[in-house]
Amino acid sequence: MLKVFNCDLHIHTCLSPCADLDIHPRALVEKALEKNLDMIAISDHNASANVRYVMAAAAGKNIQIIPAMEITTSEEVHLLALFGSLTDLLKLQSVIDQHLFGENDETRFGVQAIVNELGEVEELNNQLLIGATDLAIDDTVGIIHQLGGLAIPAHIDRESFSVLSQLGFIDDNAHFDALEISKLTGIRQGRLQYHELNRYPFVTSSDAHFIRDIGTSTTKILMEQPSLTELIMAFSGQDGRRILEQKC
Amino acid sequence: MKIEKIVQALELDVRCGKDYLDREVTGGYTGDLLSDVMGNAREGYIWITRQVHQNIVAVASLKELAGIILINSCQPAPDTLEKAEAEKIPVMVSGLPAFEISGQIYNLLTSAG
Repeated sequence: MLKVFNCDLHIHTCLSPCADLDIHPRALVEKALEKNLDMIAISDHNASANVRYVMAAAAGKNIQIIPAMEITTSEEVHLLALFGSLTDLLKLQSVIDQHLFGENDETRFGVQAIVNELGEVEELNNQLLIGATDLAIDDTVGIIHQLGGLAIPAHIDRESFSVLSQLGFIDDNAHFDALEISKLTGIRQGRLQYHELNRYPFVTSSDAHFIRDIGTSTTKILMEQPSLTELIMAFSGQDGRRILEQKC
Repeated sequence: MKIEKIVQALELDVRCGKDYLDREVTGGYTGDLLSDVMGNAREGYIWITRQVHQNIVAVASLKELAGIILINSCQPAPDTLEKAEAEKIPVMVSGLPAFEISGQIYNLLTSAG
């Protein structure tokens, strides 16, 4: 039976240099439950080490975790990659690790903490996660699809790090699965602003970097259960599944 | 000034659009954000960038730019070259960084009066 699920498909953890240290796996899951979210994607910048701990913190709880990453392409476009399993995400991570260079400078960019489900710091990541990979956007989309994931350009309405700011427009050959509109614009306004992109499903998310941001912008999705498979069906409108834009 | 003269002066590697180097260059614009270039570049400008994505061809064509120079020996993606050939946009590559190419072209254009 189809049901409406409340989804926030873009949330950072304290592993992202620009995110607050308080947004660690256990606190993140507690807040997501408090905000009645059914499905959340955990998407750190070019990194994924906290996803397993978010999944551990959510185990047995009434919330589904989508393993994800916010990749910075060589064009400096932020691209969300959503997966059906942690294994697939880790395969992407091993590719990203070969294409991301430099070391983090904590005082300039922020701490990148790997924190377990108990709130204990496991270690600090020292890669330059704020940097860009040398992977072109079209190649990155290809890699994500090969691994069975979904590729969604993040916050296309923003003036920095968005596919529109960096590449001007979305050409007909692009193979994105959906487009994310930031909470500042929202889906309804996004539809008016980007009517030439009406072939794409739109989602909106919190892009939370702080605990208080979680669930401040969500996408209501009609599907059978909260999972990547169902999300794929909703994006293509299969068997009644769909994004409920009016309610956003 | 024709593109040809800039190609010779800066020893650019012409990767496609060799037949259109007699186009007149009226000015230049340097930038990697295509949204910015769409807003600010003018017809006849030569565009200096490190973006290699195929969308650069559409922007150059839309704005009727004279041609595109890729900096730091950046290699254009294969579909970028294919599109540029079809859209008759010369794509050239230089080993120099954007600052130096821009300065040299600026000097060429202003000294040509």
